[in-house]
Amino acid sequence: MRLTEFKDHQRELYHFQLRIGIAGAFVLGAFSLLLLRFIYLQIVQYDYYRTKAEDNRISIVPIMPNRGLIVDRSGTVLARNYSAYTLEISPGKVSDVEKTINELETLVEIRASDRARLKRLMIEAKGAESLPIRTRLTDEEVARFAVNRYRFPGVDIQARLFRQYPLKELASQVTGYIGRINDRDVERIDETGLAANYKGTDHIGKTGLEQSYEAELHGVTGYEQVEVDSAGRGVRTLSRTSPTPGNNLVLTLDIKLQQVAEQAFGDKRGALVAIEPATGGILAFVSKPGFDPNLFVDGIDSASWELLNTSPDRPMVNRALAGTYPPGSTFKPYMALAALELGKRTPKQTISDPGYFVFGNHRFRDDKPGGHGTVDMYKSIVISCDTYYYMLGNDLGIDNISRFIGQFGFGAKTGIDIEGESAGVLPSQEWKRRRFKKPEQQKWYAGETISVGIGQGYNAYTPLQMAQAMAAIANNGAMYRPHLVNYVENIKSGARTPVEPRLERAIALKPENLEFIQRALAGVNIEGTGARAFAKAEYTSAGKTGTAQVVAIKQTEKYDEKRVAERHRDHALFIAYAPLESPKIALAVVVENAGFGARAAAPIARQVLDYYLLGKRVEEPAVEVAGEEGDD
Amino acid sequence: MRGPLQQPFMNLWLRFTDKIDPPLFALAFALLLLGLITLASAANDTPSRINAQAVSILVALTVMWTVAQFQPQTLMRFAVPVYAFGLVLLIAVALFGDVVNGARRWLNLGVTRIQPSEIMKIAMPLMLAWYFHRYEATLRLRQYIVASLLLIIPVLLIARQPDLGTALLVTAAGFYVIFLAGLSWKLLLGMLLAAGASLPFLWPLLHDYQRRRILTLLDPATDPLGAGYHIIQSTIAVGSGGLAGKGWLKGTQAHLEFLPERSTDFIFAVYSEEFGLLGNCLLLLLYLLLIGRGLAIAANAPTFFARLLAGAVTLTFFTYAFVNMGMVSGILPVVGVPLPLISFGGTALVTLFLGIGILMSIHRHRKLVQT
Repeated sequence: MRLTEFKDHQRELYHFQLRIGIAGAFVLGAFSLLLLRFIYLQIVQYDYYRTKAEDNRISIVPIMPNRGLIVDRSGTVLARNYSAYTLEISPGKVSDVEKTINELETLVEIRASDRARLKRLMIEAKGAESLPIRTRLTDEEVARFAVNRYRFPGVDIQARLFRQYPLKELASQVTGYIGRINDRDVERIDETGLAANYKGTDHIGKTGLEQSYEAELHGVTGYEQVEVDSAGRGVRTLSRTSPTPGNNLVLTLDIKLQQVAEQAFGDKRGALVAIEPATGGILAFVSKPGFDPNLFVDGIDSASWELLNTSPDRPMVNRALAGTYPPGSTFKPYMALAALELGKRTPKQTISDPGYFVFGNHRFRDDKPGGHGTVDMYKSIVISCDTYYYMLGNDLGIDNISRFIGQFGFGAKTGIDIEGESAGVLPSQEWKRRRFKKPEQQKWYAGETISVGIGQGYNAYTPLQMAQAMAAIANNGAMYRPHLVNYVENIKSGARTPVEPRLERAIALKPENLEFIQRALAGVNIEGTGARAFAKAEYTSAGKTGTAQVVAIKQTEKYDEKRVAERHRDHALFIAYAPLESPKIALAVVVENAGFGARAAAPIARQVLDYYLLGKRVEEPAVEVAGEEGDD
Repeated sequence: MRGPLQQPFMNLWLRFTDKIDPPLFALAFALLLLGLITLASAANDTPSRINAQAVSILVALTVMWTVAQFQPQTLMRFAVPVYAFGLVLLIAVALFGDVVNGARRWLNLGVTRIQPSEIMKIAMPLMLAWYFHRYEATLRLRQYIVASLLLIIPVLLIARQPDLGTALLVTAAGFYVIFLAGLSWKLLLGMLLAAGASLPFLWPLLHDYQRRRILTLLDPATDPLGAGYHIIQSTIAVGSGGLAGKGWLKGTQAHLEFLPERSTDFIFAVYSEEFGLLGNCLLLLLYLLLIGRGLAIAANAPTFFARLLAGAVTLTFFTYAFVNMGMVSGILPVVGVPLPLISFGGTALVTLFLGIGILMSIHRHRKLVQT
């Protein structure tokens, strides 16, 4: 339509009204279409739909699939299902819940804790069709209720599958647990468009593998067309589409090794991660103390929850994954490697250690008064000389350190296949600028680099990161992404979907430098701080001890383990791999507030390696070795 | 005839209702009544919804009255700021919106949460009508391209929230303006072809559940627990209503809880089940009359702006009704569009009455500008 300066109002109006007329015709057409549809549904097909509505006493009942099992690498079951009868109530169909329960009590034992749980579930799981009153009914109780069922509309017995964790506390942080679906879960389910598949499902993975592999474990919900009576009870099944059970998870975890490791901790708190260097498969993933995941399945009672949640030992925190610790002296081999790679030191170069390093007007102390004398790089690792690394830290500078060390995965999430991982802190100038708000705090001070050099300061890493880095050293710089699941097994077809080892990074290192560090780490366990823990070992191994300060101590004060409050004592650390020729296992151990790494952490590593490489098993935790050598 | 005391009150009343168009108001009122009656049945287990709906109606009527007092020229001045405001809010939602039920639609302003996509339902026709009015004398291809961009950008933002229902309504509103502005048939055909051709490319962009809804329409039995369930059950409800319906409060589908969302998007199933084909005809007739009145107002409006706006608002109202009834009776996929003036829910009600207020404003002020 072309318009000239001269506007023809009539013509324009005519055009517009024509369009309105067309739109009106379209409206009429569309409504006629609807009318035809209504006539078709309500007149032509009326009988069909009337019958359908009559039959719509036919309800579609979802059938829950069996949740997949979780087993370790040799088939030991970590999570399984069992079937039991539960007494369930549909709150929407019962007018007075309290009264109904009181009447039910004459037939079935209902404990105070059952009442409390129901009360809580009615608040938390609003809108749930059916809530459990009692679980695990005896056959006798089932029979008694069945006879009296007519008296209790809205109450029924269901055969339900329950999740069970037969190993209880063992590997509880890895397995995680399932719990009742709450509002937040519902949101997440809707978001992923899986709402239909979760009809009839009332549990969902909350933590650990149960959470991260929910999609694999859950399976596909089936359904049954059931004829219901006027109260909504099933009378007859008309058709059935079977559910598809969830897939099984087969882990890389060696549950016996896990057990050895957990026992080795005794009642100490801490974490241990053992990795197969060539694949990134996790062999053991310990976080102590643990908890009994069975408590959560039915909804945990408030007393137990209170206990778990407020315990100063924080059993619910997965320390291996989310706990961050200063690495202490276990940081030194990476520092030494950085120095070699960046050409800041040669192995032969020596320093003279007076027992301290002065920077500005600050004196950084070495633990050994009087110092270690003449120290070269080999000795600095084997006896763990602080002064050497104070100087080295100062020479390298913070950004060189963080750039090099970052290659080993420090300060970054590893991407392991369970959720809740911490990234830790790899300090750098950039990090400090982002971390702090005030300009005076954002500036990096050269003095801060010096404590970073010995693995203190802002350094904070997860045991998982420490183990991954050790595995990278063992594997000559090839770093694999850690993973817990070996393969996912389809129960029906038997098909296995393996979690392929994924090379995260091939760190470019000069072979002679790497070999030197490996040799020094081997020296630690032969003639250094790890020698006592690894005395008479029937295999070759590499290791490094570490002791991480929890609270700063004054420069003039000598650290006295006995006088310091238990929670303020140093963390003991140890990293290791073995055997030297073809490393099969790399690990990191952190024992919280246990003092020296050589004394508290190295023996745990020894037990784990002994078992994994030789099948040796110490039934009782090893007796603590008194006395110590070197500082770490 | 009138007593001396009645005179001032009468005058006041006349002035108060001066801008209200009686036929439009009567039709809307009849629909509201039908809605409340149906809601009383659909929500008989949650009676609080009836009170809530009554409050929403009062708010919506106030909005309608207020808008009707404005002159169309005033409305025109709102066009750009309201559109810009809506667009900024949509961008803000995309960046910091709250996620409710898996969709990022709400913007939390601290005090209250708003759903900016709703604003676009009115802002879009307002903006495009303003734009075409401005270039009335010199409409060329260029203007249609700019208008299409003004339309597409907010629609994409809404569609990715994801809120397909609102995206659809906003698209329709904008498209109606472009169509009424006189887009040539050749270009129109081209646009439709282009839209048709782009469907296979849009398909992968849809969320899983959206795809499933469309597939489910073709064969509801494939998903009897999810979207298919809605369609199966609502079709049964409509069909079993028969000629005269099962009677108020007697719908078994609704009351045995086979119908999901039965007081909101699927309320038409309840209505249809209880009042049958006759009830449906009444509803269609009321909608038709209301739409007819709106189109008549558009046809007689004085300015290009007013014509375009009135036409688009009316046709958007039609889109609500058609899409909702089509979805419930199983000929259109399930998208979240309420049945206008019947479904429970305050936001849609306010938006719809805002539109009716605009129609009234345009109608009542037609003579003032016709010089």
